[in-house]
Amino acid sequence: MKLSLSIALSHLLSHRRQTLVSLLGITLGVAFFLATSSLMQGSDADFIKRLVDNSPHVTVYDEYRDPRPQPARLAYPEALVEIRSVKPRTEVRGIRQYKEKLAFISAIPHVRVAPVLTGQVIVTFAGKDLGATINGVIPDLMKNVSTIEEHFIAGSLDSLATNPDGIVLGSGLVEKFRVGMGKNVTVTSPVGVVRTMKIVGLFRTGNAAYDEGQAFVLLKRSQNLLNRPNIANRLILQLDDPDNSPKVAQIVETAVGYKAQSWQEASQDLMSLLKVRRIIMYSVVGAILIVASFGIYNVISTVVLEKTRDIAIMKSMGFHARDILFIFLIEGTIVGVIGSILGTALGLSMMEALSRVEIKTPFNTEPTPIPLDWGYSPIALGIGFAMASSLAAAYLPARKGARVHPVDILRGAG
Amino acid sequence: MSVVLRTQGLTRVLPGDVPVTLVEDINLEIEQGEFVAIMGPSGSGKSSLLYLLGLLDMPTSGKIWLNGADTQGLNEDDLANVRLRQLGFVFQFHFLLAEFTALDNVLLPVRKLGLLFENDALARGLELLGSLGLGDQAGKIPSQMSGGQRQRVAVARALANDPLIIFADEPTGALDTKASENLRAIFRDLSRRQNRSVVVVTHDPNFAKAADRVLFLVDGKLQPPERAAELFAISIR
Repeated sequence: MKLSLSIALSHLLSHRRQTLVSLLGITLGVAFFLATSSLMQGSDADFIKRLVDNSPHVTVYDEYRDPRPQPARLAYPEALVEIRSVKPRTEVRGIRQYKEKLAFISAIPHVRVAPVLTGQVIVTFAGKDLGATINGVIPDLMKNVSTIEEHFIAGSLDSLATNPDGIVLGSGLVEKFRVGMGKNVTVTSPVGVVRTMKIVGLFRTGNAAYDEGQAFVLLKRSQNLLNRPNIANRLILQLDDPDNSPKVAQIVETAVGYKAQSWQEASQDLMSLLKVRRIIMYSVVGAILIVASFGIYNVISTVVLEKTRDIAIMKSMGFHARDILFIFLIEGTIVGVIGSILGTALGLSMMEALSRVEIKTPFNTEPTPIPLDWGYSPIALGIGFAMASSLAAAYLPARKGARVHPVDILRGAG
Repeated sequence: MSVVLRTQGLTRVLPGDVPVTLVEDINLEIEQGEFVAIMGPSGSGKSSLLYLLGLLDMPTSGKIWLNGADTQGLNEDDLANVRLRQLGFVFQFHFLLAEFTALDNVLLPVRKLGLLFENDALARGLELLGSLGLGDQAGKIPSQMSGGQRQRVAVARALANDPLIIFADEPTGALDTKASENLRAIFRDLSRRQNRSVVVVTHDPNFAKAADRVLFLVDGKLQPPERAAELFAISIR
């Protein structure tokens, strides 16, 4: 090992300039790999965290996943049945007997649940009308399943409990109305119920669409406004472990009959998008490292070409083909290891610089720092990829060197 | 004296559209401590025979026994091990590693074999260099030495693992007269005093004169002793 290492070092030192160029290639490759993958993984993790934190882990809707089968199909499951002119039954929308369902879900360990009745209303102030979605909630239960309370800039959800005619508005909506806490607004529902409500809370999530379009009232008040007494049209579930959401959704859907959708299912298209984004990113930064490894290929090919006589004499002395292969692989490893160490240091510095940059992302009203993943996985991945490409780049010329037949070289040595 | 190397019907044919016979039906024995010179015109197969005897090349047919052991059937790794432990090589060009000092070059086979502790290996290398008059050159790299000195370092490297036989292919081909005489004396000394077998391919009849026996190759065939003596006499003239 020591002998092979000293021969490998002597080869690299005899080609200082080429070695430095290949080293620089690997260093920059690892640094960009690290910074880019940390940025990408950081933004993915941040995105998923926001998704998980700000959305219900499971939502039970007042609809069925599959339409109920026609009696004729149930009667003749094997037959070819054609049913014409089917007229859907008129049903009152909403989750029937939601309190029983609520009790069932509450009994599932590590699951919290809250009922919600949502609907469209028109909010009026000083002659100005704006559409909004009202969410009828029970404050005590809602606090357990939502992070909305963290985004309050004035008042709280509890204010609704003490003020039945209270309403909580988003910051976007109140800015449009130029209204503040304690003022009265008029709320008109599609069924013609009109109520004057007092602003008892303001929230700002940073999501402009949400802040401009959502309002919270008591569940009872929402039921009055929308004329749907004792009805909820959503059950919102929050889990201790969000990864269990698909399993819990399936249990709930089987038990209650209504469609229960996990956050993973609801965000399937976004998750696919993240996956595609990750594949593109790794392809690009991987390509950088592959291109960088050409430097290693170049320096080792040159050494093999120049040292063919040395290889021949070493093999005549008793060195095995694998010894020669090992020497050149060590050369690739040396460049890979030093390049990875320098690249990691440079990459971490780049990440440090990036972490100080604040940007205003779309749909976000507040500037936020660039999310970065400071975990070990991007470093391990970068170093692993750099070492693999270094060794692969070294292997091809090394194999050529190991195959040198001493007699072929010695015959032509004159 | 015991036979250290024996061949029987050794033939090497280069395959191709028109096969070329390099050496044909070589039968010879080399005894321990014997100094053998192989002569012949250019292209007669001298170097090819040396590569076969030194287990660097595989015969197309025939057998080689080294110290009584049949070498047929040994794979590349086994042959490399035999070369490392029992054979030493000196070529027309020194083939020293340019970045290594004389001492490190000499110690290459010792370190590869790995039987000696580093201190013992260093002592062995210095002793070899000293015995060849290179005691003060140990720390120099090849480019800082003369051609004769480099070739003596190559001899020291060939002797590093205390081999049974030294093979040399035109070792004086790139040396001046004085350096050639010096090297001839070294080889004779290896044979006479150290009882080591030496097989040298040479064009130089003066060098061959120092040998115990001169073999003559013509068109890849070993000439009978009488004919070899005749051809050698002609070459001296």
